[in-house]
Amino acid sequence: MNTPIPFVLALLLGSAAALAGSHDLSPRQALPVYAQECAACHTAYPPALLPAASWQRVMARLDNHYGTDASLDAAQVQAIGQWLQSQAGTYKKVRSAPPQDRISLSDWFVREHRKVAPELWRHHSVRSPAQCSACHTQADQGRFGERELRLPVR
Amino acid sequence: MTPHHTLASLCLGLLMCTSALAADTHAAAQLQRFASEAGRAGQADAGRRFFVNKHGGEWACASCHGESPTQAGRHASTGKTLPTLAPAFNPKSLSETARIDKWFRRNCKDVLGRECQAGEKADVLAWLLSLQP
Repeated sequence: MNTPIPFVLALLLGSAAALAGSHDLSPRQALPVYAQECAACHTAYPPALLPAASWQRVMARLDNHYGTDASLDAAQVQAIGQWLQSQAGTYKKVRSAPPQDRISLSDWFVREHRKVAPELWRHHSVRSPAQCSACHTQADQGRFGERELRLPVR
Repeated sequence: MTPHHTLASLCLGLLMCTSALAADTHAAAQLQRFASEAGRAGQADAGRRFFVNKHGGEWACASCHGESPTQAGRHASTGKTLPTLAPAFNPKSLSETARIDKWFRRNCKDVLGRECQAGEKADVLAWLLSLQP
């Protein structure tokens, strides 16, 4: 087998973090073009929250990205796509692609948010499950632990 | 020159280079560019109407940028806060040619289902430039 060593290391580290229950999901070094382009419209979702197959489909249809045109030039698509493939989730809960490749439709996401009241989802500071940082104050740093959780004041 | 001075001027130099690289234009220059492409001046009032109109679709420009883009906007589907669009209220707005072209291309397709014409862009820029504190 010819897998590059850094890739294997990343896989091992990723699994170790998942096993340890770590909430620090983002890679230490987020790709600058990922932060610049993707996080212009939404949370810089940790790549580990979707499997590689989902990221591949997302990057292949950016001109219709969940209802909006998010097209990028070919070099950016290539750079972000490669990075997402190398950082995609490999642990058990993201092994299979969620419906529509939406993080918020993943079984684990639905399960972990099952106690969130409908009115909290409709709160003006939330409104969309994409708006992670409305409650997860360190979402942009990839930290989703209880310690960083602040529910909006009603 | 002391080492401190050298370091300080180096940092200052780098800082200036970085910002020079990021900002390569300003809104008035872009208005001129689109107006000359269209062969007519941009009209602020037409720009305002264009901006708040849904053009038969689901969204207007104002759906994300707000009807008065003198303050931060909010992405209509993700809820993410967006930088203020009117340049008098946000000097970084409309200061990079590539970003202006990219966002017009994408957002016009989202709102109108097609790319915007030069005249429409001139109108919108004329309106955005007319918004003053």
